Amino acid sequence: MQTGLGVFYFLCVLLNLGFSYHFNQRRDSKQTLIWFAVAMVFAVHSLAYLFHLGWIIPHWVRELVDNAMNPVSYFVLAVVALWALLRYRKFLTEPVVAWTILNISLLFSGWAMTDPNFQQIITKEDNVPIVMLIGSVGFFTWLALRRAVLNDDRLARGEPPLEKLDDEKVLVWPDLVYTELIAMVVVTFGLVIWAVVLKAPLEQPASSAKAPNPSKAPWYFLGLQEMLVYFDPWMAGVVLPSMIIVGLVALPYIDFNQKGNGYYTFTQRTVAVSTFLLGFVVLWVTLIVLGTFLRGPNWNFFGPFEPWNVHKNVPLNNINLSDYFWLSMLGYSVDGMGWFMRELPGILLVVGYMLLLPPLLAKTILRPFFIRMGFIRFFLLVTLIQFMAALPIKMVLRWTINLKYIVYIPEAFFNI
Amino acid sequence: MAIGDFIRNSQVWKSIFRHPAPRDRRNRVVVMLTNVFLHLHPVSVRKSGIALSYTWCMGGITFFLFLVETVTGVLLMFYYRPTLEHAYNDILSLRDVTTLGVLRELHRWGAHAMVITIWLHMYRVFLTGSYKPPREFNWGVGVILLVLTLLLSFTGYLLPWDQLAIWAITVGSNMARATPLLGYEGPGSKFLQIGGVELITSGSDARFLLLGGRIVGETTLLRFYVLHCVALPLAVALLIAVHFWRVRKDGGISGPL
Ligand code: HEM
Repeated sequence: MQTGLGVFYFLCVLLNLGFSYHFNQRRDSKQTLIWFAVAMVFAVHSLAYLFHLGWIIPHWVRELVDNAMNPVSYFVLAVVALWALLRYRKFLTEPVVAWTILNISLLFSGWAMTDPNFQQIITKEDNVPIVMLIGSVGFFTWLALRRAVLNDDRLARGEPPLEKLDDEKVLVWPDLVYTELIAMVVVTFGLVIWAVVLKAPLEQPASSAKAPNPSKAPWYFLGLQEMLVYFDPWMAGVVLPSMIIVGLVALPYIDFNQKGNGYYTFTQRTVAVSTFLLGFVVLWVTLIVLGTFLRGPNWNFFGPFEPWNVHKNVPLNNINLSDYFWLSMLGYSVDGMGWFMRELPGILLVVGYMLLLPPLLAKTILRPFFIRMGFIRFFLLVTLIQFMAALPIKMVLRWTINLKYIVYIPEAFFNI
Repeated sequence: MAIGDFIRNSQVWKSIFRHPAPRDRRNRVVVMLTNVFLHLHPVSVRKSGIALSYTWCMGGITFFLFLVETVTGVLLMFYYRPTLEHAYNDILSLRDVTTLGVLRELHRWGAHAMVITIWLHMYRVFLTGSYKPPREFNWGVGVILLVLTLLLSFTGYLLPWDQLAIWAITVGSNMARATPLLGYEGPGSKFLQIGGVELITSGSDARFLLLGGRIVGETTLLRFYVLHCVALPLAVALLIAVHFWRVRKDGGISGPL
């Protein structure tokens, strides 16, 4: 393990030396020096681990992180980070800034690996793809935003986007065919190394009697499994996934903005890009990360350095809306009340949300949209957004007032 | 050199490649038109469109990974029998005795990688606004491909028949039980009755259809095997053909107008 970390930090040294060299070429001595110094910091780490000095991440840091982390802070942090990324994209996508962020996260992930619990969950064979997912989504988000920032600057000056500069046609042979060939070689090479180094997992033979705890779906569905915390299976496992598919297919027909076709941009498509990033990066990818690394036995939340204790006790004291309404507000008991009466407040809320909100929006703040999009497009858009928003809404209600179900009709398996 | 010339001038070579090497413009065009594999491409493309920083090469890599999965998958089928008696042991011997056991690793990691690259491909297509007219339909084809790819991964996950496999599939397929109207624990399924007899029971609902039984058992293994090895790959191959055709017909890889 220590040797592995030594090699990891050594790669970081090389990265930073390369970066430093790049600035040296451009005669920027200040940047050259800074990145050389950073490379040295990594070099010290590298040597320490290569010589097995046994440095480990301090206990109090681990405790601090574990205590600060829970589903609420994790999710809020992800949303705030996305907001900050978009708001300060000019600054944050500057190569030097992005590089700094990358370095900090590399440094910390190396440290974190010295914790046995963290190491165990990260290096599980089937979890390796998620590490790749984090890395690649991070990198490509940076790349796309960087190009968008550059393009937006150009567009603001009345120049065409960067993509326009290479508008001429080239022959597929050799220009594209060779790129493809190289890509195939690189991918094959990478895949073979991966296959040789890492064994595919094989656990005990299947037994329908002995359920493992936690039982997890394949990693690409863990975002959906995380939704089960907030919704019943018919919503989390059927309706919401279907809505994702419907929403994706409908997207090109809803998005009436004709700008931003064929080049990276943010300012010309602010709403579309922000919504998609929220959906893909936060609600899909970070929930997968949460489900993979931070959900343990009984689907309880565990900090990254916390051991997975099967007996961890998390008090469940969630309350239905009907109880809130009848019992807490009016002082009636719901026992013996017919389901319709009992659930009426919740039903009204849901019906209001789904049926009254759209026309209300069309009449008021979203009126310009309504006029430009027409009836069908507008209502499709609003409905899809409502389904997407249902998840964060339910999350917040759960966290703030411990709300269990808005509508609770177990007789008909109809719980929201 | 002489040998090279000899080969290139032989009747065999000329019968395969019906024109000289693609060294000049004319033959570079001809090579794209006469080769069935290359002619998936157009003859010429916009330079900005094939820049790595633009497409990230993710669609191409997804396709390549699909091919890798097909080849390794067919080879794995020589070693694997989808029955309760054999499935687990066949995987075990792939790990411990079979010479080409690494095929399983290639196949599994390739599948994981394909899920990631297809997401990144979609991400790129979205961020460049490439789903906008005239490419709306091809985006839709892509979404179906995405769903099918996830289903391919999901059905394959069961085949090793170990604890990881059956419980992941159990967790996943339990959702089907809650399908509105069609799952026996789904909202509204109670209303589907004829003369007081419920139509949707645990023996006739969506989950039963998926699993071929009330639990994840041998019938499930067979169903998933057939879906994984035959039905889904065929559907994906067909749709990829449509997808590539439409990339060309919609004006090639997108770019600013
Ligand atoms: C098996 C899965 C898929 C394969 C093999 C595939 C392959 C490709 C390839 C090779 C291209 C050419 C440009 C590029 O490489 O980026 C392309 C373009 C495109 N893909 Fe896919 N794709 C797949 C899935 C998807 C998905 C999931 C979506 C969207 C939801 C999608 C939407 C599109 C669109 C709209 C284009 C045209 C974009 C442009 O012209 O810039 N594809 N696809």
